Amino acid sequence: MPTLRKNSAIAFFLVLLCIPSAFAQTEQAQPWKQIPIPPLHPFHPQQPKRIKLPNGIVILLQEDHELPFINGFIEMRGGSRDQDASKAGMVGLYGDTWRTSGTATHNGDQLDDLLEARAAKVETGGDTDSTSLSWSCLTKDEDFVFSIVIDLLEHPAFREDKLQLAKQQAAAAIVRRNDDAEGIAAREATRLVYGPNSPYGRQPELATIKAVTVDDLKRWHDRTVVGSNIIIGVSGDFNSDAMEKTLRDAFSSLPKGEPVPPLKEDFSGPKPGVYYVDKSDVNQSNIYIVGLGTERSNPDFFALSVMNEIFSGGFGSRLFQTVRTKLGLAYAVGGGYGAGYDHPGMFRVVAGTKSPSTIQATQAMFVEIRDLKSKPFTEDELRRAKDEVLNSFIFNYDTKDKVLAEAAKLEFYGYPADFLEKYRDSVEKVTVADVERVAQKYIEPSKLAVLIVGNEKEFGAPLTSLNMGTPHAVDITIPGLPPQGQDQPGNPEGEQ
Amino acid sequence: MKFPSAVRLLVVLWCASLAVFAQNLTSFEKRVTTKVLPNGLTIIICQRHDAPVFSYFTIVDAGSANDPGGESGLAHMFEHLAFKGTKDIGTTNYAAEKVALDKVEQAYAAYDAESLKRVGRDPAKLKQLHAAFQQAVSEAQKYVIPNQFTEIAEENGAVGLNAETSLDATQYYWSMPSNRLQLWAYMESDRIANPVPREFYKERDVVMEERRMRVDSSPIGRMVEQFLAAAYMAHPYRRPGVGWSSELEHITATEAEAFHKKYYVPSDIVIAVVGDVDPAEAMPVLEKYFGAIPAGPQPEPMTTIEPPQTAEKSVIIKEPTQPFYIEGYHKPDYRDPDDAVYDAIGDILSNGRTSRLYRSLVRDQQIAVEAEGFSGFPGVKYPGLFAFFAVPAPGHTPQEMQAAIHKEIDKLKTTDVTDDELAMFKTRARADILRGLADNQGLAEQLAIYQLRYGDWRELFNQLRKIDAVTKADIHRVANKIFVPTNRTYAMVEFQPPQQTQQTKGGAR
Repeated sequence: MPTLRKNSAIAFFLVLLCIPSAFAQTEQAQPWKQIPIPPLHPFHPQQPKRIKLPNGIVILLQEDHELPFINGFIEMRGGSRDQDASKAGMVGLYGDTWRTSGTATHNGDQLDDLLEARAAKVETGGDTDSTSLSWSCLTKDEDFVFSIVIDLLEHPAFREDKLQLAKQQAAAAIVRRNDDAEGIAAREATRLVYGPNSPYGRQPELATIKAVTVDDLKRWHDRTVVGSNIIIGVSGDFNSDAMEKTLRDAFSSLPKGEPVPPLKEDFSGPKPGVYYVDKSDVNQSNIYIVGLGTERSNPDFFALSVMNEIFSGGFGSRLFQTVRTKLGLAYAVGGGYGAGYDHPGMFRVVAGTKSPSTIQATQAMFVEIRDLKSKPFTEDELRRAKDEVLNSFIFNYDTKDKVLAEAAKLEFYGYPADFLEKYRDSVEKVTVADVERVAQKYIEPSKLAVLIVGNEKEFGAPLTSLNMGTPHAVDITIPGLPPQGQDQPGNPEGEQ
Repeated sequence: MKFPSAVRLLVVLWCASLAVFAQNLTSFEKRVTTKVLPNGLTIIICQRHDAPVFSYFTIVDAGSANDPGGESGLAHMFEHLAFKGTKDIGTTNYAAEKVALDKVEQAYAAYDAESLKRVGRDPAKLKQLHAAFQQAVSEAQKYVIPNQFTEIAEENGAVGLNAETSLDATQYYWSMPSNRLQLWAYMESDRIANPVPREFYKERDVVMEERRMRVDSSPIGRMVEQFLAAAYMAHPYRRPGVGWSSELEHITATEAEAFHKKYYVPSDIVIAVVGDVDPAEAMPVLEKYFGAIPAGPQPEPMTTIEPPQTAEKSVIIKEPTQPFYIEGYHKPDYRDPDDAVYDAIGDILSNGRTSRLYRSLVRDQQIAVEAEGFSGFPGVKYPGLFAFFAVPAPGHTPQEMQAAIHKEIDKLKTTDVTDDELAMFKTRARADILRGLADNQGLAEQLAIYQLRYGDWRELFNQLRKIDAVTKADIHRVANKIFVPTNRTYAMVEFQPPQQTQQTKGGAR
């Protein structure tokens, strides 16, 4: 982890630099430039204690005695991207049902009573690439609450009635997913980039959640809850030696097992063109221009981060300045060249604009994208972008919980423990030439797809005026949706 | 309850957590320094030296409820302006820019007046006036350094930079490395004292987009707007904070400046700073900057009080979106002696999987996927609503939500809550306050809000006395007082297939 000695010296240097540079033409007094910026107080973020058990479990302990609480998490590799396509949604159901079913000793409802009476939480969840069991309680309740955590890990009940309840919740989310225009746009954009049936694009459907059984959940549990697949983090008001002993006693007997292997898939990005979803009850279009991004392990990640900062990293960025401030075309505008930890992220440029300015806003967004290749980056843009990243860098680790979360994330994805420090050092070294180079290399407007979710009859100009070929209507029909309404069995939305 | 020992255990825990709490509060109080400046502005500094950073929270005691008649959306519009810079920041030459901005206002007023003429509007003249307005805007634009205010903040490491306008108040906040405290004090005091309404009419377009996003294009946004307009007939809580489109479209920079002059007076502003800040060093610096804001007279208090509701009101929206249900009952404002009783009711009905609405509607009847009741909607400063909402499970109707919620309300009115339920509420309220102390930004927000609303930030902790004092009889009494049909407004969305040509988007009946 970085200390701030070096950082503050650099910050000081940059402040000196910026006095003559910014707006030399101005006749205006600039009093803020005379305000002293003293060196930042030395700061050495406390690193969590790392313990590796013989069965492969990695434990990270972060003592923090400010408040009488203890918080912990147990993360297992493997998530929705690793589940059977025919049972899409299974990991979400697992995350719900695990906790609500409870254990062999206490059912989930009894756990609710026991925990809430102590203002404590024990929760389970499922994500794209992981599942988790976490807890939070007052220090004095740790023994009791931790015993529930262990019971839940070792003796989960997975009850049929709670699976049915979780299925109903999941079905409600599916049935409602086309009500929210922004949600449609985010979802369908992802499916365009990774493919609708890919591990990152597929979505739960009524049929796939119906197919999930209690046995599926049990099998998933047995497969993922094994030593070599687990990372544990605990922070708060405890003694590390005592906590280490507790955790060793609790977890050493867990079999080592096999870790869920990393998912390796090749993605070719979206099929370029214009895609749209016609939604008659909105007066604003959600515009997504999307392509494939990169991974954080890419050596160009640092230069791309600086490019992102210039392109879309805040109020002063090119995209914000043009689409929102100069043109007044959008309230929400953003995006960037995304980077995942273990798979390519998405390149996304996003805005919401009134229906009649749909084409104009899309074109303005494309101009900014093309300008990444054709409008030279300036030293001033580089300086501002680096200042933004470096001067706010401390907020990556200004609390002990953030330090622990970052360490666990790097551990989870197999990144070096000093990745954050390397990131800062690498960003410091990025030059205008580096940014030019990565923009030329990674930005390819002809490979991008445009998705517009809006009220087509109000667009003013046809989508063909974007000159990107025949627009494709995206089918967002919800498969298997039963007729709705007691006395009006008409077609639900989407089946038009 | 299946655990006979639970109650006894709770009592033991209760005493333990009281001790923990007292200990934390005493040490906490030593870390807080408060000062009211001669101009009336209140500054709170809370030391937390874990890392060399700080967070601040500025709260102005004026929100959208203070929008003048015909100018709904003005408070929120001004909040956007507060990011456009000052007489020093964001301009190449303020003196010349000021002249140009005055011309923009004259040109806009002429254009607006012509466009609103009922009789004798001259299209040719309107076109010419619009061109003149646009010309004036371009002239003023020459002096603008766009987004310079936020750029200075972001270059200096500001994160979480944002602002919010609620119906009750307007608030500004960000976090920064602690060596930028003086720079922040300069910037924040300058924008409070010297905001400049530059790029106003383009920002108004941005706010129109915000309205389209939050209200017009969102089924729930549309429903809430209809619901509040029905629930209130006199009080400004009936208006959307972002404003009615027709009024927002005519707001001027002149009106925004008038709003600022009237409501952004130092005596109505509290600023809390939490983090690596030494009050002995910092307070004189903050005094220098924030003390320079000119004092002003207190704006006249709002006199409008919502008249008692005498009949149930309802809004039925039929459209091609999934069903939803919301209802609300008028209740007093946050100063009411029963305020903690409403919190208790909200907690017992809604907090987590032990709550009554979850267990009844979601877990047992399985007619809803979410159901909650909560106090203080859409605001707390003036009498708000105790509101309930429920999201029907597939195949279930808003009418079923209504019936099931009323059944739970009736239970509150006829039968006492259990000892366990009441104890759980008190334990969780206590723990939540403690948990909130761990986060600089959240703590700054709490300190500023309590200082503004009660005149003393300690009320954040003193409210626990009120929470402790809540009894079963209180809950019984309050439930019977407000949960009556004539005090109720409800709104429901009923699914209607999209093919129909004539759609009714809503309306009171």
